[in-house]
Amino acid sequence: MSNTQVDKSAMRKFQKVCDILQNYDYDSKNLVPILQEVQEEYRYLPEDIMTFVASSLDISPAKVYGVATFYAHFALEPKGKYIIKVCDGTACHVRHSLRIIEAIQEHLDLTEKRNTTNDLMFTLEIVSCLGACGLAPVVVVNEDVYPVMNPESTIKLIDTIIAKENGKEGDNDKVAI
Amino acid sequence: MNTLTVDGKLVTFSNDDRNLLEVIRKANIELPTFCYHSELSVYGACRLCLVEIEGRGLNTACTTKPEPNLVVRTNTAQLRDIRKFTIELLLASYEHDCTTCSKSTACKLQDIAKRLGVTKVRFKRGQSNLPIDDSSWALVRDPNKCILCGDCVRACEEIQGIGAIDFAWRGANTHVVPAFNKGLAHVDCVDCGQCSRVCPTGAIVPRSQIDAVWKELDNPEKTVVVHFAPAVRVAIGEAFGMPAGTVLPGQIASALRTIGFDKIYDTSFTADLTIMEEATELVGRIQNGGVMPMFTSCCPAWVKYMEQYYPEMLPNLSTCKSPMGMFGAVAKSYLPDFLNIDPKNLVVVTIMPCTAKKVEAKRPEFTTDGMPDNDYVLTTQEFATMIKQSGIRFQDLSPEPFDLPFGYKTGAGVIFGNTGGVMEAALRYAVEIVEGKPLSNLEFNEVRGEEGIREINLTVGELELKIAVVHGLKNAKKVVQDIKEGRKIYHFVEVMTCPGGCIGGAGQPVYFDKAIRTERIKGLYSADKMLQMQKSQENPYIQELYKNFLGEVGGEKAHKLLHTHYYNRKRISEEGMSILENVGNKLSISVCVGTNCFMKGSQEILKRVLNFIESKNLTDFVEVKANFCMENCDKGPSVSIGNKVYSNVSFDNIVKEIEAQLEAVTK
Repeated sequence: MSNTQVDKSAMRKFQKVCDILQNYDYDSKNLVPILQEVQEEYRYLPEDIMTFVASSLDISPAKVYGVATFYAHFALEPKGKYIIKVCDGTACHVRHSLRIIEAIQEHLDLTEKRNTTNDLMFTLEIVSCLGACGLAPVVVVNEDVYPVMNPESTIKLIDTIIAKENGKEGDNDKVAI
Repeated sequence: MNTLTVDGKLVTFSNDDRNLLEVIRKANIELPTFCYHSELSVYGACRLCLVEIEGRGLNTACTTKPEPNLVVRTNTAQLRDIRKFTIELLLASYEHDCTTCSKSTACKLQDIAKRLGVTKVRFKRGQSNLPIDDSSWALVRDPNKCILCGDCVRACEEIQGIGAIDFAWRGANTHVVPAFNKGLAHVDCVDCGQCSRVCPTGAIVPRSQIDAVWKELDNPEKTVVVHFAPAVRVAIGEAFGMPAGTVLPGQIASALRTIGFDKIYDTSFTADLTIMEEATELVGRIQNGGVMPMFTSCCPAWVKYMEQYYPEMLPNLSTCKSPMGMFGAVAKSYLPDFLNIDPKNLVVVTIMPCTAKKVEAKRPEFTTDGMPDNDYVLTTQEFATMIKQSGIRFQDLSPEPFDLPFGYKTGAGVIFGNTGGVMEAALRYAVEIVEGKPLSNLEFNEVRGEEGIREINLTVGELELKIAVVHGLKNAKKVVQDIKEGRKIYHFVEVMTCPGGCIGGAGQPVYFDKAIRTERIKGLYSADKMLQMQKSQENPYIQELYKNFLGEVGGEKAHKLLHTHYYNRKRISEEGMSILENVGNKLSISVCVGTNCFMKGSQEILKRVLNFIESKNLTDFVEVKANFCMENCDKGPSVSIGNKVYSNVSFDNIVKEIEAQLEAVTK
């Protein structure tokens, strides 16, 4: 029965936010690390959570929004569970990273503007340089680096992730690829 | 006294001088600035006050401390070039439709460009097509005209302590926006408009209703009456080159009549009425042990602030409507008969120094059958525009009388526009009630002045009356906090949101020098002396209004028409957060984590509720929400279980209720 499927993660995340605020003593000087830790929980900064953080720290929501939009690190839109970063720096570019990008976009039905899949599984980000030019072209999925990629190997990688995801239920975050 | 050299001249300075900029300006050199305001913190962003200091090169004067023997140059070829260049870049980046901009002639960008001789812009105009925010009745934001000086951000934060707008994004994409880029009407803005007062361009301006008022004036079927606030009479002259503080009520009456208004009345009349009701309320609270201290309620931005931030203290606000509110209510109920006209043809227009009054007029409590008691609220600025549109030479007008009865006022009703004015006017009546004899001295000099927080103890009969006068909401927050935490005890507190009181309102002609406020304050006190009567209770038309229409002071009819009530208000409009989602017919628990409940420990309650639900394996049967405000703040912490809201809860006393209700659900 689908209506007995309970999403406990929202509850855990909110409890975590309360703990984060407490750990930082509700001190607004720690706004950036607080937002970083909050983002780790949600993978982005939801509006209501930012308002909650603002009122907990006795600062205005406009200030929190200002900080959240200032740093590229903070995301205001939900990101996918798997963040695929494709390097398009000079070295990767000349080794045809664009083809990889186009292949991913086509495979996951993404565009330049809409870079997260509807099921919030994948987000495609194009980055300027990952500092691994010797391994170009480089693709990074969450924390894992995949060197010397091409469109075919990248699609295979994505399909492996999809297969793992389909094959399991529950909150196991780590997938061995 | 120390000295330094500015452009070859010796200039003296003291340790009180805030920065080199102030010293240079005292030496009669008007260095241009956008981001410098003597009332705000030093920002150093606009780079126009750059000067050359011998041995140090170029420095911004606003961020440099004056030091003995500095040799400063303000007018070198390099500095002139840099300043012009800066202005050219600003003009290339932003929209400058000067001919149609409402800030035109009061715009610093326009003024400085002219002063510096910027006659052409060498750069290609950038395109910016950002949406205009006209969600608020008080203010319109046009981000395309923003030069990012940050004055509005600092005014909101440093004068009002709110921070409703701030910088967002970065680099070329930097903008000043309300939280989450929402409209001003949907965030914690209290509509005071001080942001627009300090804005050097037309990026935030009062929202105009001029066209709608002209339409009413052009309609022969309508009887359009107008009343204007005390503060308008000492500031309107500035728009026509007269000195600040020139007292011009008769000239205003003349101009209004020429424009086409049918009856010219004075909001000071209902300020007198407010005093009758408010002073009676105060004495009643003192004598009957009512909620103390009593706060004034004339200022709509202050009222909204209390509704948003201190809802538990709403009973402390006087229930009196503002003079504008009272005027509207009395006018709409009294004037149709008095003027022998159909009520639906009566239009009430008011001229206010204030942007928040535009929003106050829209409050449901200030409307009758969906129609606002005051149909249109114009600012002093808009009124000046209408005078100019009519081609009236305001500076040459001879004074004309007001129309009776609502045009007659006492000095007490006129000083209302100054910080301390409402307090003094109230004292002129309240002290007489308590002491039972006429006042010997009418002027309460103790409550006058421009200090942000003024505390006064007065012996009134046998009572040691403790009062405070506050302006600026940041100061008000401090006073409210002191009262809440028991550090201070007062009987009566006057709060005005704008620095200087209403005379410093954002609807007044734009000013950047706070000396203007001092002149306007003096103007109102001299207007007080010019009138025949100084005490509201002596106003013969007020006495008549009570006798023939309102009945007793503070009586039933007076209460119905002249008093109001207040509501808790959410600061940010949004839904609550879903924490434990559950579909279907489950028990719904919602815990308020808004500021008030948060302060009272609602976060801990929420945590314990969640732990309880998990430990009892009940997650399948419950959905939990965190709510930002249940608008029940005075009784927080609040939790709703099922359809019922519980107040003043602790975890221990709601856990039984949760269990009981769960039993019903799980069965």
